[in-house]
Amino acid sequence: MTEQANNETPMIRLRDVHKRFGPKVVLDGLSLDVPKGQSVVVIGGSGTGKSVMLKCILGLLRPEQGLIEVDGENVLQMNAGEREQVLRKFGMLFQGAALFDSLPVWENVAFGLISAHNMKRSAAREIAIEKLAQVGLAPEVGNLSPAELSGGMQKRVGLARAIATDPEIIFFDEPTTGLDPIMADVINNLIVDSVKNLGATTLSITHDMASARKIADRIAMIYKGRIIWDGPVDQIDNSGNEYVDQFIHGRAEGPITMELRR
Amino acid sequence: MRWNFLALIGRVSLSFLAAVGRVALFTATAIRHSLTPRWYLRHIARQMMAIGYYSLPVIGLTAFFTGAVLALQIYIGSARFNAESAVATIVVIGITRELGPVIGGLMVAGRVSAAMAAELGTMRVTEQIDALVTLSTNPFKYLVAPRLIAAVITLPALILVADIIGVMGGYAVGTGKLNFNYAIYLKNTFQFLETMDVISGLVKAAVFGFLIALMGCYHGFNSTGGAQGVGRATTNAVVSASILILVTNYLVTELFFAK
Repeated sequence: MTEQANNETPMIRLRDVHKRFGPKVVLDGLSLDVPKGQSVVVIGGSGTGKSVMLKCILGLLRPEQGLIEVDGENVLQMNAGEREQVLRKFGMLFQGAALFDSLPVWENVAFGLISAHNMKRSAAREIAIEKLAQVGLAPEVGNLSPAELSGGMQKRVGLARAIATDPEIIFFDEPTTGLDPIMADVINNLIVDSVKNLGATTLSITHDMASARKIADRIAMIYKGRIIWDGPVDQIDNSGNEYVDQFIHGRAEGPITMELRR
Repeated sequence: MRWNFLALIGRVSLSFLAAVGRVALFTATAIRHSLTPRWYLRHIARQMMAIGYYSLPVIGLTAFFTGAVLALQIYIGSARFNAESAVATIVVIGITRELGPVIGGLMVAGRVSAAMAAELGTMRVTEQIDALVTLSTNPFKYLVAPRLIAAVITLPALILVADIIGVMGGYAVGTGKLNFNYAIYLKNTFQFLETMDVISGLVKAAVFGFLIALMGCYHGFNSTGGAQGVGRATTNAVVSASILILVTNYLVTELFFAK
């Protein structure tokens, strides 16, 4: 493959991905490219398939149909060992942080280094303290249990864990949900800084437009399991797509209708 | 009406077979990951403490009073045909072969299986198990295998302690209340006890340990539906582990002692 062709290969490519749970179709032929080194944010309402899309890429769910490539490799045809290797390229910040209750904060951050990269605990601890400092947390926080932290601190620890192994790809699942506006902006800044330092490719899902505008190079909108608009962040206000317009302005009236039972 | 009834039988049968299939697949995967590296030794040690050491008080109390009441009942029953001298022998055989492993297993099922289901269930609904996968860590290796290995190793040791305490319970009642001679009670205890009596009980304990950890992990791992789902998983883990203990107890007894 030529260098030019290599540069054109997106870091993540989804084509015609279908996923259903019983009769409920969640992903209905979803296609999306995440170019290398770019930050793509997928916006969309609740229940439109954003989280399912992320879980399909990570192998937590298996789609019935379609193609998912990470760095040019079809992950759907990999065995468990190959998939584990691919997952070493990933870091992920979960919506609820998903910190391990049974481990202290520093061990949460160092988990990937110890478990997947077989690093010695003492060395991993030093890196964990360094990553905690990057997200604005003092070394003493490392000895606390996750249950002793506030929601914002848990998100920061989750972010430190996501960047601890210096991953090539980072996923952010609703990074600012449940936070006050100031803490949300702090998290957004940390995401932008961390990604800039690592040069990573990122895919985020959110319905917080302020967050999307701040962290995205490109924005894609998902609706009923398909990407209905995809473009640079500075074109979002002139997308010419009435679904996108309704969503970014948060209007109840428009083509997107909520299924309410009366 | 008749067709509805037949459809109901069909649905229940299919759902039962599907559940058996899911448990079988989970069991096969869990055994494979328990027998192949990598082993998380720190976690195995932690689980051995949780299952073994912290179960000692409940197992000790249960075994002591089981041995005590067994001595009392056998004395009352055997007095009807002048066989009171058999109390010590029947207590030790009853405890080592049956009551030690079964009652100990049921107590540990209530304590440990429930705790495993609740912990893993909470990890499932809070996405901690998904987080493990994204950190290139196989949840079966990290969560299930250490629990299975620890339970299979720890339960026999725990039941051996229960056997000793159970016999001591019988001894306390036999000598303190039923006026047996101390030395004769001990002599009768060991005179007719065979190695196989103890070994069969310890084999049962290992099997029960496997079932307790398997049911705790299976129900916790497959927990859905938030707090209510975790509660359901916990109940199902204890109930299924208890039933499996009683069923396999019969099968293992057949295997060891059927003529």
